[in-house]
Parts: sequence; structure tokens; C-alpha cells
Amino acid sequence: MDIFIQQVVSGLATGGIYASLALALVMIYQATDVVNFAQGSMAMFSTYLAWSMLQAGLSYWVAFFATVIIAFVGGVAIERVIIRPVENAPILAIVIVTLGLLVILTSVAGWFYSYIQKPFPSPFPSKPIRIGTVVFGAHDLGAIGVTLVILLLLFLFFRYTTLGLAMRAAAQNPVSSRLCGIRVSWMLGLGWGLAATFGAVAGLMIAPVVFLDPNMMGGIQIYAFAAATVGGFTSPLGAVVGGFLVGITENLVGTYVSVIGTELKLTVALAMIIIVLLVRPSGLFGRTTVRRV
Amino acid sequence: MAYSGSTAAKTERAADRAGNAAAAVFPTRAARAAGLVLLLAIAVALPFTMSGFRTFQFTQVLIYAIALLGLNMLTGYNGQFSLGHGAFYAIGAYTAAIMIDRWSIPYGWTIPTAGVLCLVVGFLFGLPALRLEGLYLALATFSLALAVPQILKYFEHWTGGSQGIVLSKPKPPLGLRLTEDQWIYFLTLAVTVLLFVLAVNLLRGRAGRAIVAVRDNHIAAEAMGVNNALYKTAVFGVSAAYTGVAGALSAIAIAFVAPDSFDVFLSITLLTGIVIGGLATISGAIFGALFIQFVPNWAQDISKAAPWAIFGVFLILFMYAMPRGIAGGLQLLWGRLSRRRTR
Repeated sequence: MDIFIQQVVSGLATGGIYASLALALVMIYQATDVVNFAQGSMAMFSTYLAWSMLQAGLSYWVAFFATVIIAFVGGVAIERVIIRPVENAPILAIVIVTLGLLVILTSVAGWFYSYIQKPFPSPFPSKPIRIGTVVFGAHDLGAIGVTLVILLLLFLFFRYTTLGLAMRAAAQNPVSSRLCGIRVSWMLGLGWGLAATFGAVAGLMIAPVVFLDPNMMGGIQIYAFAAATVGGFTSPLGAVVGGFLVGITENLVGTYVSVIGTELKLTVALAMIIIVLLVRPSGLFGRTTVRRV
Repeated sequence: MAYSGSTAAKTERAADRAGNAAAAVFPTRAARAAGLVLLLAIAVALPFTMSGFRTFQFTQVLIYAIALLGLNMLTGYNGQFSLGHGAFYAIGAYTAAIMIDRWSIPYGWTIPTAGVLCLVVGFLFGLPALRLEGLYLALATFSLALAVPQILKYFEHWTGGSQGIVLSKPKPPLGLRLTEDQWIYFLTLAVTVLLFVLAVNLLRGRAGRAIVAVRDNHIAAEAMGVNNALYKTAVFGVSAAYTGVAGALSAIAIAFVAPDSFDVFLSITLLTGIVIGGLATISGAIFGALFIQFVPNWAQDISKAAPWAIFGVFLILFMYAMPRGIAGGLQLLWGRLSRRRTR
């Protein structure tokens, strides 16, 4: 039973990271119908920036917030400069542009920082926390906490601020929003900025676990896809729940089903995506799009 | 999506575009025929003018062209996104490798077998794909592509695990005085020409119009008596078969298969190829194949340190300049030139 609880908690920790990245994917998808394949590599790149700042001697939390701000500005800049010219191009052309971005960021990171794995510090104490007979990693608990704080902030932003309302409106009905005086195209830019921010936080939280290297977000992005699919690509709440579900499933299946072990872990993600898509294509929380004929 | 006259017109235009991919470059019928003969002549002469390595590279271009044509049928003509065609490529390659290596079957038989096997697998995968559209289908196929290397490594007994399977390059038959590379080139060229002719006939005919109609407005297509489910799954099967044949040829040409050469980047490369080449065009498959074969090499020449960064920049610039791909861009260019001439 102890092992079970431990695995669930560590599943929640990785799940929180999947949830952040899934949330980033969902935000961009909702606003533009585009899946950003570069989401993971943007997060990876931000994490490298944080690493550079830490090397330069800044304290962890200074580097953390500086990275988050840079990621936000960078996200907005990428939307404004790189995505905007293809805004009205066919969806696949935009997808190719995000793929181009993915290879550029991965390659440039490898060029600057080399492909050798680097350890990345965790801001939380390394001493495990003991509750009853169960032992939890402090970093796991910390990562869950950070994820929940981010989610809360996001909820408050979208629910109670005018800007959040404007962003939701722009995503839902661009034409009417423009008529109301909302600058829809800037709202998209802000969306990319926020998405890049979550990505950066996800990167900072996962780097102590998987180590820092230019391809570190590859597998995680897949789980984020799985999370967004499970929860529904149209629902931010779904993305979060999906992230936690995928994290827990991954851990429990890896622990208890010996056939799978670590070798076929990605296949578990595949199976989850396919099963959800077949049973409920719009995901657990997504709304089914109804089209008029 | 509202059904209106304009949608029908769009379908017609799309079908027209589909049929007249070559028309972008060659406006009249005679010129087009002459152009095709010239192209074929160049293709036949090519291996006699180049080193063995260059010949091998062009063999690879032909192989990619077959795979891209298959993917373009599905994604370009039928509107079903696939980010997982690397999986069918892998199935084709491993079918050929296992047949040659484990069962000592002559390599000639492996190509049609790979095609038929992928046809069946693709058809079966097309059944669940019926329920998925756009992004969701892209994700389902994407996860397929991701799982392939792991699955290949898992069935070590058949696939040789991460070591892969080493084959030997086939010797030219009938005492032909060709090098091995040249023989594989001509074999691939023959298969490519055959498959392109088949594809052109399929896509220009009644079936092709139905395939495009399903993409543009499936409800209207249904109303016209097109069996959506049948067409979608059949196109999935045929598309997978083309890609499988390409995979088998690649296994024979490279004489080596290993799980890691069929990772998700292969699928992404294929998708890139059709978008760069031009969606829903036949000639786009060739342009795309040339792009994905040679541009990474050029990128390497430009910058040894970060070749993929250069490649990424190329990708983005191409999408800015020609959002409808090379074939689409040429068509647009030709349209402008001819309009100016008539004025």
C-alpha cells in the first residue's frame, strides 16, 4: 500500500508537469486551432537560459522568475515575428512552421550547450519527507505545489480580469471580439506568451528529474499530447485533469505491469491516446463540436 | 460548413488542380508529354553520369517520392492528416528485411508483399481513423509513429532488436553490366514510374474525384452517392501500401534496417515533404522528395555546428514564400505569367 501511495504521489508530480505543458498546448489550440509542436523545445530552451543564469551565480528564485519573464516575452515575440506571417496560411503550413521552430531550437541549444546531459538543481530540500510510513520526495511535493499555484493564478486571471475575459472572447469568437474593440491578434500573441510561460515552469520542474539536455522535452511533450487528448483539446480544466491521470497511469502501469516496465512506456501513452480517441474523441471534458450543414 | 455553390466550385477547382499538377510547368498537352519524356530520359541517364554515392542519393529521392505520393493521397487529396506514415515505412522495410534475411526469399518478392501487407494494415488502421478528424487523427497517427521504434525493439526475435538486420545489396540480374547501386536505382525507377502512373490514373478518374469530394464536403459527397467510409479506409490502405513499398525499397537499397531509423522524425520528414512539395499535387511528391533528401545536406555544408537550425530556417522561409508548396507556387507563378501574356 505504501508503494502504491508513493507511486501515486510521484505520478501526480510528473502529472503536474504534463498538465502544465498540456495546458500550454490547449491554450494555443483553443485560440488558433494550431497544435504547437515547438512547445516542448521552447520549454527546453527556457530551462537552458535558467541554467546559464544559475551558472552566472544568481540565486534559484531570481533565475526562476527571470526565466518566466523571458519566456513570456519570447513567446509573444515568436508569435509576432514567426507565426504571424503565416496566420492565414493553411493549417498544415503553420504546423510545418512550428516543426521548423522545433528543429531550430533543439539544434541551437545543442550548439550552445552541447548535447551532454547536465544536472539541474531543485529548489526544494533533497531530504525526503516522511508522513506515517510513506516517504515522499520533497521535489515531487514541491512540483505539485508549483503546478497548483500556477493553475490557480491562471484561473484567477481568466475569471476575474478584463484582459483574461478579452483573451477568452478572442479565442471563442474573433470576429465579434474585433467589433467590440479587442485587438484579437495581440490576444493571440499574449496567449503564446502565457503558453511559453507554463512551458518554462514545466521545464524547470522536470529538469531536476530527467536532467537537462536538448531533447529532454521530447517524451514529455508526447505525454502532454496524451494528457490534452485525454482531457479534451478544448478544455483547460480537462488538460490539467488529463495530465494528472496520465502521470499516475504511467507510474502505476510501469510499477505493476511487468511486461511493460520502462521499455514500452511510450506505447502506454499511445494506447491511452487511441483508446480515448475511440471511446470519446473529444476527451473527458471537451465539448463536441457541432457543425451546421 | 455551409453547403453552397461555391463549395462545389471549390471541389471542382481542387479536382482540376489535382489533375493538372504538371500543367503548372507544362501548359499544353504536347509540351507536357515532351516534358515527361525528357524527365524520364534524364532519370535514365542520371546514374551513368554520377558517382555511386550520388546514384544512391537519387535512389533515395525516388523512394521518398513514392512514400510522399502515398502520404499525399491521404493527406493532400483525402484530407486525412497522418503524422505516422513512418510506421508504414518501417513495416515495409522490416517485411523486406525479415523475408530476405530469415526466410531467404528473393528480394523481388518482398516489394509486392510489403505493399500488400501495408495495404491490409493501413486499411485496418483506417477503420478507427474513420471516427477521427483533423487534429485528433494527426495525434493518433503521431503516437503510432512514436511507439514504432519501441515495438520494433521489443520483438527482438524477429527484428534483431536495436542491432537491426544487415542485408547484402542485390547483384544485377541477367549479367547486366551495372554496378549494384545503378541496378537498385533502375529497379526503384521502374517501381516509381509504375506507381506514379497508377496514382495518376486513380486520382484523375472517378475514384479521384470522389476522394477529393470526401475531403471538401463529406456530406455533399455522401449525398452524391459516395461511400465515405469505404473511400476513406481504402485511401488509407492504398496510401500505406505506397509507403510500405517505399520502405521495402529503402531496406534493399540501404541493405540495413534498425529501429532508430524509423523514429518520429521520419514521419515528420514525410509530412514536411508533402507540404513543401505541394499538397494534393502529383509533381509535389518529387519536389518534396528532392527537398527532404538534399536540403539537410546543404544545411550541413552551410553550418557544421547546427545543420538542423539551418534546415528549420529553410522550412519556415519556404512556408512564408510558398504556403501551398513548390508545386502550388509554380502554378501560381505560371498563372500570373500567362495572365500577363493574354493581357
